[in-house]
Amino acid sequence: MLEVRDIDVYYGGIRALDGVSLDVAEGELVTLIGSNGAGKTTTLRTISGLLHPKRGSIVYDGAPIHTLSPYQIVQRGISHCPEGRHIFANLTVDDNLRLGAVQRRDRAAVRRDREWVYSLFPVLEQRLGQLGGTLSGGEQQMLAIGRALMSSSRLLLLDEPSLGLAPILVETIFAVLREIKASGRTILLVEQNAYLALEIADRGYVLETGRLILHDTAEALRANAEVERSYLGG
Amino acid sequence: MSLTEYGLQQLTNALSIGSLYALMAIGLAMVFGILRLINFAHGDLMMVGSYSALGLIFIGLPYWAAIPAAVVVAALAGILMERVAYRPIRGAPDVAMLLTSFAVTIILENGAVMLVGARSRAFPIPDFLRTVYHLGNLTVASVNVVAIIATAVLLVLLTLFVTRTDIGISMRAAADDMMAAQLMGIPINRVIAAAFAIGSGLAGVAGLLWTVKVGKVDPYMGFFPVLKAFVAAVIGGFGTIPGAVVGGFVLGFLEITFQALLPGEWSAYRDALVFAILIIVLLVRPNGIVGARAREEI
Amino acid sequence: MARSAPRPDLPVTGLDWRRYAAMAVPVGLLLLLPLYADHGASAYEHRVIVILGIDIILVLSLNLFSGFTGVFSLGHIGFMALGAYTSAILDMPVASKAINLPDLPAWLARVELGFLPAMLVAGLLAAAIALVIGLAILRLSGHYVAVATLSFLVIVRVVLINATPFTRGSRTFFGTQDYTTVWWVYAWVLITLYVAWRLLRSLYGRAMLAQREDRIAAQGIGVQVLRTRLWPFALSAFLTAVAGALWAHYIVAFSPNAFYFTETFAIITMLVVGGMGSISGSVVGTVLIVVLSEVLRNLEGGFAICAVQIPPLYGLSQILIAVAFISVLIFRREGLLGDREINFARLFERWGNGKGS
Repeated sequence: MLEVRDIDVYYGGIRALDGVSLDVAEGELVTLIGSNGAGKTTTLRTISGLLHPKRGSIVYDGAPIHTLSPYQIVQRGISHCPEGRHIFANLTVDDNLRLGAVQRRDRAAVRRDREWVYSLFPVLEQRLGQLGGTLSGGEQQMLAIGRALMSSSRLLLLDEPSLGLAPILVETIFAVLREIKASGRTILLVEQNAYLALEIADRGYVLETGRLILHDTAEALRANAEVERSYLGG
Repeated sequence: MSLTEYGLQQLTNALSIGSLYALMAIGLAMVFGILRLINFAHGDLMMVGSYSALGLIFIGLPYWAAIPAAVVVAALAGILMERVAYRPIRGAPDVAMLLTSFAVTIILENGAVMLVGARSRAFPIPDFLRTVYHLGNLTVASVNVVAIIATAVLLVLLTLFVTRTDIGISMRAAADDMMAAQLMGIPINRVIAAAFAIGSGLAGVAGLLWTVKVGKVDPYMGFFPVLKAFVAAVIGGFGTIPGAVVGGFVLGFLEITFQALLPGEWSAYRDALVFAILIIVLLVRPNGIVGARAREEI
Repeated sequence: MARSAPRPDLPVTGLDWRRYAAMAVPVGLLLLLPLYADHGASAYEHRVIVILGIDIILVLSLNLFSGFTGVFSLGHIGFMALGAYTSAILDMPVASKAINLPDLPAWLARVELGFLPAMLVAGLLAAAIALVIGLAILRLSGHYVAVATLSFLVIVRVVLINATPFTRGSRTFFGTQDYTTVWWVYAWVLITLYVAWRLLRSLYGRAMLAQREDRIAAQGIGVQVLRTRLWPFALSAFLTAVAGALWAHYIVAFSPNAFYFTETFAIITMLVVGGMGSISGSVVGTVLIVVLSEVLRNLEGGFAICAVQIPPLYGLSQILIAVAFISVLIFRREGLLGDREINFARLFERWGNGKGS
């Protein structure tokens, strides 16, 4: 479904990604782990069109997307839930969700997706009229994910959903991620919390200072001693 | 004239001038909210609208057609301005964009001088705007009434637009968090163009009201008003529409108060006072009265 | 708006004589201008050379502050106005004052200073005001401070227009003595060059360069930064006021309209085109824009291409300069020289090598 081939991405003069390649097949949950500053967020931002690679290519459903704008990429069916949530603080929960579906014209389907999001995150339905900025951290994360789900995307890019959340909330979020996976959506998950990520993922890539250093099934990575030492706190 | 009558008189004056400032300030705020651009050329949109109206009336168009057409011209001019001058420098440091808007002002003002000459021209005022109503001891110019009513109507329409329509909500989203707005697949260029169009259209309306009040047009007419509008927007809360509206009316009230309170020869200094207040606001409460939520730098 | 780091190629201590000699060259070149003005130039050329010199002082003193701190001051022309009016009032003969400024307060009406003292007093006054304003304004950042400085410009203008006993309001200000000669101007050009050069090369200057912010904070900044901004601001105001004094005593008749938006934009264009943070850049930028403006302004009166007569298009020169300005911002934001200086020593080495081989 998604093929990232050998991309080099620069911030100004600094190279953030060096020849990164990864694949995501339909229905999979693939995770990208690594320490801070490894380039995981940069990778997602390049896929969603906020950044463009200087070299390399990104192909989605057989068509190259690495030169497209975020607008066009959302049209193709990729949605990105960014690191730090970035919900619209001055808009209501309702408006936030509405904007997630801003490109869609199929009203009935949008309503159905809304209902689904409410079933995943009941608290959102309760807080529909509230301003996004007044929600707690966990609720904001739920809103961010719900908002990303509102587009009829087939590939969901998730950046650090567990960031800054209490363990109980993190469990809830990851339980929801399982449900989303079960519904058939493909997920590319960037996570600082490698343990949880490898638990629910099918496959994983390990990124370090802009380069891919490991790539295997989640099981194998979990068993990998080096991974355990560096990322699993073992 | 009794005190209440005097008060009412000044109240209408304040509301009327406040409406003008509010209309102007909204355009500035909308553009700033999304692009972080202080568009000083916004004042020249007033000028473009007024000259267009003058031209259309001159070639025989009746008022009820010329005025809306002029507003449309102002809106289009705003879109053009964005496309040509501001899109190429999007993402530049704020000051660079501010300076560019100065350059645009110079181009527009001198362009107007080249086309129509630097002298001011009289603007034919329709009769219904000339009337002055007398209620007891009060004198209320109809143009003031029209200004207040027009502003109220436009504000209602604008509020509906930004709270009910997709583009309107997208506009607020883009002003809130540009990156997230892009990730939603919001067509940013279209949203920005719409913001410019609406803001410029409103400037056009304000310009026409202003022109009727002073009775003439000249190429530099927009410069000082845009400075005032900017003060209004900052006082109210820069970057937000409610802030612009509040600021506009507050500024209107401040000006009338200064005018009333300052003794004779000092009343001309009220403009200096207004700008001193701007500096104070920037220092003490840069987010203005309405206090836009501080945006985190990404 | 040039955002490069402080230049490592500048040694902090110890220059060899070659470098000093190399610096004598541009200075010498510069001094050719007043020389020419006094010996052989037409009245028009003389005028252009004088105005050029004054503009160089203005741009350099703005660069002194904005180029190094990264803070854009849009109100500097206000200091120029202060310098112009203050010095003009101070050195106007008492008899003239009685005629032109009859409502001046008595203590002022009796004062009659020489040209230099009046200029210096005006400069010091501007510096003092700059300190006060600076304390208030320089905490801000980004466009907030730019706008605050613009407010200062507007306030100065309103005061000038209304303080009629001192300024004759918006009417033309008469009675200024024509003390300015081209040598006065270029003496101050050299002084300003020297001040700017010393400031840049000092550790203080390097500290300022390092303070230049990359991202604009929405709120104010701490006291430390305030202090590093205050003194350059005052110094810059002083020099700008001196330029104003020089200008006033050259033009002799002026009004508040000469100190407003158009002039502000002109100076900023020269600064940006040349490159903020570069001294030679400021000179180059100023020369370029002044020459360009003159050429264009002469064309404004209408000219002929082949057999086609182009009609007068007043305002065209302004438009073209503005377009040039936007182009620089789009295509080469750091200006012609950015942060760097023309390295005359290296130029001569290369020239010498070229000739020798």
